[in-house]
Amino acid sequence: MDTLFGYPGGVVLPLYDRFPHYPDINHILVRHEQAAGHAADGYARASGKLGVALATSGPGATNLVTAITNAHMDSVPTLFITGNVTRSLLGKDGFQEADITGITMPTVKHNYLVMRPDDLAYAFKEAAYIATTGRPGAVHIDIPKDVFIEEAEFSWPETINVRGYNPPSTAEQGSIQQAAEIIDHSERPLIFAGHGIILSDAADDLRKFAEKSGTPVVNTLLGLGSIAPDHVLSYGMMGMHGSYWANHAASNADVIIGLGMRMDDRALGRFEDMNPTAKIIHVDIDPAEHQKNLETHVPIVGNVSDVLKQLTNAVQKATHPDWLSWIDDLRIGHRASMSVPEGPELTAQYAIARIADYIGTESVLCTGVGQHQMWSAQFGAISRPRQFITSGGLGTMGFEVPAAMGAQAACPDRSVWTICGDGGFQMTFQEIGTMVDAKLPVRMAIMNNCYLGMVRQWQELFYDQNLVDVDISQPDFLKIAEAYGIKGIRVDNQEDVDAAIEEAEATEGPVLIDFRVVQQDNVWPMVPAGAALSETIESAEESAMS
Amino acid sequence: MKVSRNGSRQTIAALVEDRPGVLTRVASLFRRRGYNIESLAVGTTDEQGVSRMTIVVEGTSEVGDQVAKQLDKLIDVINAAVLDSTESIDRELALIKVVARPDQRREILDVAEIFRASVVDLSVSSLIIQITAANETIEALTDNLRPYGILEMVRTGAIALVRGEDTTQVVEFEDDELRRFHMGSGRIPTGQLPHLSD
Ligand SMILES: Cc1ncc(C[n+]2csc(CCOP(=O)(O)OP(=O)(O)O)c2C)c(N)n1
Ligand SMILES: [Mg+2]
Repeated sequence: MDTLFGYPGGVVLPLYDRFPHYPDINHILVRHEQAAGHAADGYARASGKLGVALATSGPGATNLVTAITNAHMDSVPTLFITGNVTRSLLGKDGFQEADITGITMPTVKHNYLVMRPDDLAYAFKEAAYIATTGRPGAVHIDIPKDVFIEEAEFSWPETINVRGYNPPSTAEQGSIQQAAEIIDHSERPLIFAGHGIILSDAADDLRKFAEKSGTPVVNTLLGLGSIAPDHVLSYGMMGMHGSYWANHAASNADVIIGLGMRMDDRALGRFEDMNPTAKIIHVDIDPAEHQKNLETHVPIVGNVSDVLKQLTNAVQKATHPDWLSWIDDLRIGHRASMSVPEGPELTAQYAIARIADYIGTESVLCTGVGQHQMWSAQFGAISRPRQFITSGGLGTMGFEVPAAMGAQAACPDRSVWTICGDGGFQMTFQEIGTMVDAKLPVRMAIMNNCYLGMVRQWQELFYDQNLVDVDISQPDFLKIAEAYGIKGIRVDNQEDVDAAIEEAEATEGPVLIDFRVVQQDNVWPMVPAGAALSETIESAEESAMS
Repeated sequence: MKVSRNGSRQTIAALVEDRPGVLTRVASLFRRRGYNIESLAVGTTDEQGVSRMTIVVEGTSEVGDQVAKQLDKLIDVINAAVLDSTESIDRELALIKVVARPDQRREILDVAEIFRASVVDLSVSSLIIQITAANETIEALTDNLRPYGILEMVRTGAIALVRGEDTTQVVEFEDDELRRFHMGSGRIPTGQLPHLSD
């Protein structure tokens, strides 16, 4: 660990007091603890390393809760450290006491309240081990103030032994054989590739397996980047805003191989009708994901990277030309609903596609939550693991700015762009201050549609166009840029998009671009909440009919 | 008869670290995932630092499997498994206080005897019956006692073990230092501490 994001306060002062003695620790002072948490999360997603955030007791600690939940829900290896009141005041409602371990218990992989200074080294080693191994996740350590102060003999434990925790690696050979047999006999196999591929650095293993077995691949939102979009077997994103062809391939496959994904409702639509006749093979390191939402024929417990190597060995070489051309035909026929809209207006889709094209795959693309997020997934040309950083499970607006800040801290040599919602940006833009201080040159591109766009879309489609509290007002974003002393660029039409992107890339950074995009556009295709993937609709007219 | 593996009630055995907060973690998991606990019994085991929980949940065998896997995911749960009711013995202790006028006593004692229950307290107008049996037997006994009037009743919840030589689990040994660390994290302050405010 070298970088942590934090915010001081009474009970963690003893720790801050020592920071000057440890110049190797890069402490980045944020403006709000939630942002420290999201930054640690973005840092971990971009680098694969443990992300760390630090906060004081009471309000500092409770401000972390959204970020902890967000990181844990997307299985991001993160460590959250909070201070608490002196041991003798615990449970006495002392000033700024919050029962933070009680609060975080259901949203972490594990948490600790360290009551003895002798135990600190153990707690940190074990916490880091638990956060980064198996199915990664958030771990939280709470430390009373006097535990920071009291002196203890330092001894770093050589080994870690947690008898209640044995993360698996390779899978049982029996389940591999069973799966291989089913795959060898399939006519229309399909891979659902999820976040696990990225978390376990298994993109190569995925490609080899897909190529040998001739199996096409669709991605979940967080699985984007596990296979390059230009690979012949890559068919893009499935799910609520996935492509028509990916969703129909999912509904028509005879064998589905879920890899490092949790069969989530946003990816699968109505479970009962996802594809009732397919044989389902589900590989996940967390056995509790098997049979949770969907009946699985072959559950395989293991690290997806190891399991893919085993499966690649076990299956026969195969091709499925008829099946691929069936999906290809759908793709040709339904391209339109997954294309940047034509016309002279400045759309978010256009701006995002231009940004993606300009910055290339070596950059990092972060997003907030809403329409701009889905368009980033659709038009961001995500080709590399860890290129795309987005809040999937929790769907946290306000993630865009601090997560990008964390990603930039992790990848100083990459260009980090974040596609912001005008709503989400207003939740956490105070972190521009942090970026300026810590010299984190993030490029912020606001898709300013003057709406809480995704909510407006739902009100339009499912609440009879009754638009309530979605036309959120905007400050002058350029004045905000100015207030922080950074460059701000406004773009009102298509012609100016490329020049603005170029200027932003050429600027030292941080930079903000206010894209004044079309206000009332909707994200297509869409699987309405509660509908099946086969009920994917491609336009408002179709939605009105159904 | 006993509810089978596919019935509407599942018995789960979990070996857990005997640590502060472990019961909260388990209870919190049940609340969060919406599992319905019918009973939960906790006690120490022969292994120092390890407790055993027997949890009876409402639901199908699929629910039982999910509960066991979710429990197993908790770091403080060493392992958890659904017990096959035909392959295991489960017992529960109940104390039942029944209205017993002197003229009804004999009759009630007969009922108790049929169920191999014993009388552990006697007063002018009531008696306390103690029974150790499987859930269904206790249900049957209470059905038979209800006409006399049950004043109060308390049950421990089931505990269960697999029949024969099989055990539910083997526990890895934890050395003293590690155990001391694992036992240490909890909200109870140890020793005399200075009382200072910030
Ligand atoms: C913290 C939080 N609050 C509320 C929501 C519900 N929500 C989902 S999308 C959305 C609108 C987002 O608006 P904006 O950031 O402008 O993005 P747009 O959809 O317009 O691209 C809202 C309110 C959320 N996801 N997160
Ligand atoms: Mg908006």
